[in-house]
Order: sequence, then C-alpha cells, then structure tokens
Amino acid sequence: MGTGEPIKLGLGESHRRGRHFAVATATRASTVTLFLAVPGIVVLLALPAFASRVLLQELFYVFTMLALAQLWNLLAGSAGLISVGQQAFVGMGAYALFACTVVANLDPVLSIVLAGAIAGLVAIPAALIVFRLRGAYFAIGTWVVAEVCRLILAQVKQLGGGTGTSLPPDVASSMVGLDFVRNLFAVRGPAARDILSYWLALTLAVGTFFLVYRLLRSRHGLALSAIGDSETAAESTGVDVFRTKLFIYVATAAATGMVGALIFLQKARISPDAAFSLIDWTAYVIFIVVIGGIGTMEGPIIGVVIFYLLQYYLASLGSWYLILLGGLAIVLMLFAPAGVWGLISRFYDISPFPVRRRLIVRVGKVADEKESKN
Amino acid sequence: MLGWIDTVLQGILLGGLYALYATGLSVIFGIMRLVNLAHGDLIVLAAFLILALATAGVPIVLALVIVVPLMFALGYALQSLMLNRVLGRNILPPLLITFGLSIIVQNGLLESFSADTRFLNVGPLQGASLPLGGGIAVGVMPLICLAASIAVILLLNGVFYRTAVGRAFRATSDDVEIAQLMGINNKTIYALTMGIALAVCAVAGFFLGARANFDPSIGPARLLYAFEAVIIGGLGSLWGTLAGGIVVGVAQTVGAHIDPEWQILSGHVAFLIVLVIRPRGLFPRAVD
Repeated sequence: MGTGEPIKLGLGESHRRGRHFAVATATRASTVTLFLAVPGIVVLLALPAFASRVLLQELFYVFTMLALAQLWNLLAGSAGLISVGQQAFVGMGAYALFACTVVANLDPVLSIVLAGAIAGLVAIPAALIVFRLRGAYFAIGTWVVAEVCRLILAQVKQLGGGTGTSLPPDVASSMVGLDFVRNLFAVRGPAARDILSYWLALTLAVGTFFLVYRLLRSRHGLALSAIGDSETAAESTGVDVFRTKLFIYVATAAATGMVGALIFLQKARISPDAAFSLIDWTAYVIFIVVIGGIGTMEGPIIGVVIFYLLQYYLASLGSWYLILLGGLAIVLMLFAPAGVWGLISRFYDISPFPVRRRLIVRVGKVADEKESKN
Repeated sequence: MLGWIDTVLQGILLGGLYALYATGLSVIFGIMRLVNLAHGDLIVLAAFLILALATAGVPIVLALVIVVPLMFALGYALQSLMLNRVLGRNILPPLLITFGLSIIVQNGLLESFSADTRFLNVGPLQGASLPLGGGIAVGVMPLICLAASIAVILLLNGVFYRTAVGRAFRATSDDVEIAQLMGINNKTIYALTMGIALAVCAVAGFFLGARANFDPSIGPARLLYAFEAVIIGGLGSLWGTLAGGIVVGVAQTVGAHIDPEWQILSGHVAFLIVLVIRPRGLFPRAVD
C-alpha cells in the first residue's frame, strides 16, 4: 500500500540542517491492533465449534449490521453523501437473491455475489439522478429512490407482489458448502445453515471493514476527505469529484446489496415492506454510526455493540424503544456529535485504526525513517 | 375522454393538498437551507391534535384555530432550543435531529392514538360535491383545500414582500452575514420561519384529515410528496411549489386511472423525470 510509505518532501534547506519530514498513518496502537486482529478473526471463525446456535444467530445480526454501518459511514462520514435511502440496496440485493435462487435456480452463495452486482447496477442510474440534488435534498432524493424500488418490486408477482414470498426449503438446503459444514461439526441441516450464514456474515463484515480501511488509507481516501472538506477546493487540486463520489456510491450500494441478500437468505422470507424498511436498514444503521462516532473506523464497532445491548434489553418496549433511540440521537447530535469514540479520543490519544495522515518532523539521521515506515 | 378530464381535475385538487404539505418545507428551505425530515410526521401530529380537540367537543374549525398557534409555538421552540444550536456548514446534525424527531413523533402518536385509521368529521361538507355537468363533479372539501393553499401562499407572499419583518426574512435568505450586520438576529428569524412552517403544517393536517383517512404511520410519505412538489416547482418560489404539488397530484391520479396500484409510484416517477429533464425545477428562483 502506497500510503504507509513516508513521503519525502524535497526541501533542500531542511535537509542540509539534517531535518527529515515524513507522512505516516500508522500508530503504535494500529500495529498492536494488526497483531491482535489475526488471532481474533481465527477465534471468530472457529466459534461454531463451541458456541450455541443462538449465539451464532445473534452474532450474524451483529456482523450484518456492522457491515451496513461501516458502508453508510463510508458514504456519509467520508464522502459526505448523507443517504437515508440505503434500504433501496438492501432490498434490491434481497430481491435479487430471491430472483436468482427461486426463478433462475442458482446456488444461494453465488446469488449473493450476483445480488451485489445487481444492486450496484441499479445504483448507477439512481446516482445519476440523485446527484443532481445537494446536501439535505440529496438525502430525501435517495429515500424517493428507495420508495420507487419498493413500489416496483411490490408489482412483481413472481416474487410474491405486495405480500412477499418464502424461500423454498430446497433452495436453502442446496447451499454450496453445506455438506462440508454438516460433516465438519456433525450437525443437522438447519444448524449447518446457521453456521454457514454466520461465516458469510463474518466474511462480509471483516471484508467490508478491511476494504473501507484500505480505501481510506489510500490516495483515494485522501481525495475523499478533501471532498468532504470542500468540493471546490478538491476539484481545483485535481480530484475528480463526480467520479469519486459515483464510485463510492455504487461500490457501497453493491456491498450493501450483498449484505441485504445474505440477511434475507437467512430470514428465508421476503416482503417489500421488510426488505425496504427505513427503520431496520437505515435508521438503525445511522444510529449505530452516529452513536459510535461518524467518520471513524472505530465508531461503527463501538456503535454496533451499544446498539445490540440496547436492542437486547429494551426492544421489548416497542414504540418506546424507538422513541428512546430517536431521543438519544437528538441528544447526541446536540451535545456530542462526534459520538462515543469522539469522546474517548478526546481524552486518550489512541487510534487502533488510523486513517489520518500525520506529519512527522525529525531532527537527526535519515535512519530514523524506518520507525515511521509501517 | 371525459374520464381523463375528470382524472386530471381530481389530480389538480389533490395537488392543492400537496402544495399545502410542501409550502412549509419550501419556506424552511428558502430561508434556512434546512430540510425537516419530520415535516410529514408533524402534519400528521397536527391532524391528531385537531382530532383530539374535536373529540373533546371543540367545534372542528375552532380546533384548527387553536392548533395553528400551538404548532407555531412548537416550531419556534424546536428551532430555538435545538436546531439553532447546530447551525453551520455541516448538514448532518440538523438532518439527524429532525430524523430523530420524526421517529419520536411517529411512535409517540402510535402510543397515544393507536394504529387505527381516523378521519376528521367536518360535518355536511364531508361528502358534498359540485356537479360540473357531463357527469363530472368536484368535491367541495378538495375545492376548499385548493383555495386554502392559494390563500396560504398569498398570505405568506404578502408577509414576505410587503412587511418589514418579511424584508428581514428575505435578507436572511439572501445573505445571512450581511443581514446580521444590518442588525437582524438570524436566530430569531429562523425560529419564526420554523414557526410559520409548522403553522402551515397545522392547516395541512386539517385538510389531510378532512379529505382522507390518516394514521400515525403516513407521515414519511407526506414528506416525500411535499419534497417532490418543492423540487419540481423550483426552490425559492411558493407559486412554483403549488405548481409542483399539482404535477405530483395529477401524476398520481393519472397513474391510478391506469392501474390503482400505480398511484404513488407514478408520482415518484414524475418527480424523477423532472429531476432528469429540469434539475432546477420548473420555476427556479433561488440559486442553490
């Protein structure tokens, strides 16, 4: 990755005095995180061997919400594209999965990938229309797009129309790799399905996280934060604002579609209202990002934990639970718009997943360079 | 043929209602460049407040007269206590505050009034209609609603273009820094703006309940119709907003005439088409 490399600024004067400049993104904490991440992921992969089925199902939910949150965070926090219509792509992905499996008889796991591609394709014309709106109006424009998708799919009778449809049992049991899981853990069909879904959710969550992280640390990430600061200034320094935004919008739509496909493969039942739910796939996701800390890699992770705990203990309150979430979001925006991670990083200067570039100035030999080269 | 004329006529009348939804949103955006995601839910809230008063025995028109200043006060408080604190270049905080408010209002109404559908009983006017000959008739209530939306726009334009406070509104809309230099307190202007917008929501809520059934969940859809009317009309012009409302209304009734399931969809599609052909709307005034 090009970004970790120190960029030498060819300032002759400074060099003669033995000063050395470098730009780095890595921190000590990030190196530690990297070493902890690998065994962490291995443990999570091996979890089905000892965890209960209920725990796996709960983690499935957490991982899919984390992936959606990380994607919305990239869109809104980094690219400044505040969308309240991401349910469009969850729903498109979900319906694409049902179309691929039920109508075209394809393998469910392959269909998840195809569903992502379809959601990405839908996002291209959608972007060309809603990009004509700016700021807050862009937000409502994305919502209209989601409504259009919902209303169109409610007309498709092969996929259940307005009332929806269920996934035939033989589709789910034909998943690739199911026999392998069944033999590996000596479990029955439904349990094997949960394990496979759990692995897929883990893959999507970790994959999304890794790709977003890499993107933000690359030169494209720098372009994104430039756009976030000032589109005009970014354009003038050579960033192709439109192309960058289009790429981010379409890429997040495709990934969101894959997550949506997986969620509804696991649910095995779909309806337009569930697949294009504003509350489930956008309001909750925004809440996760905002309470954790928008624009940071750490935010969505903290946010999803807080959200899960709230959901676990308070969801039974029904409407009052939603009122509480809405109220929390308002209080947060008024008093701590940077979220929990924002509060933490105000007091402690740690960043396990740094995406910011820091200028390192050293007086001394060039040999020091090695230290910042992570 | 007559069926089509009737369809378009009903669409124009429906557009009057959508223009009422949209006027508040148009005023807010024109002056503050802000979007209120709770706009639709606040319209529904007003309808429920009128319903609650009417149920308690207050005559329905008096209930409206009471709820208008109530909603004005709510808007003033909302802006001065919350939204004024997060004004600035970052649009996320105000957007999310109104999003949170939308969820609170929706679920608060659900808790207080249940999910049952309701309507406002406006007496003998409810089902009354005027025959126009040739089998075409227009409802009296929809006609009053269209007249009300025209009256509201005339009134607001009168305030904005003929009074001293209206001058302050326009100055703040044009350039907030210069307006402040001239001694205008922009935060007061913003609070008044939100108050006016919600007062219009109260009128919209009255006609929402008088024309059709409503329940706590229908707010977001009203927000979308209102938003589409504003964008189709072009930012900064209230007459444009009325035209935008009529475009959405006619698109919906025409769609419904072809297939009842296409009503809402065709309204949205009309919006998207206008956005592609004329991204700045039909009658743009503001540059933004």
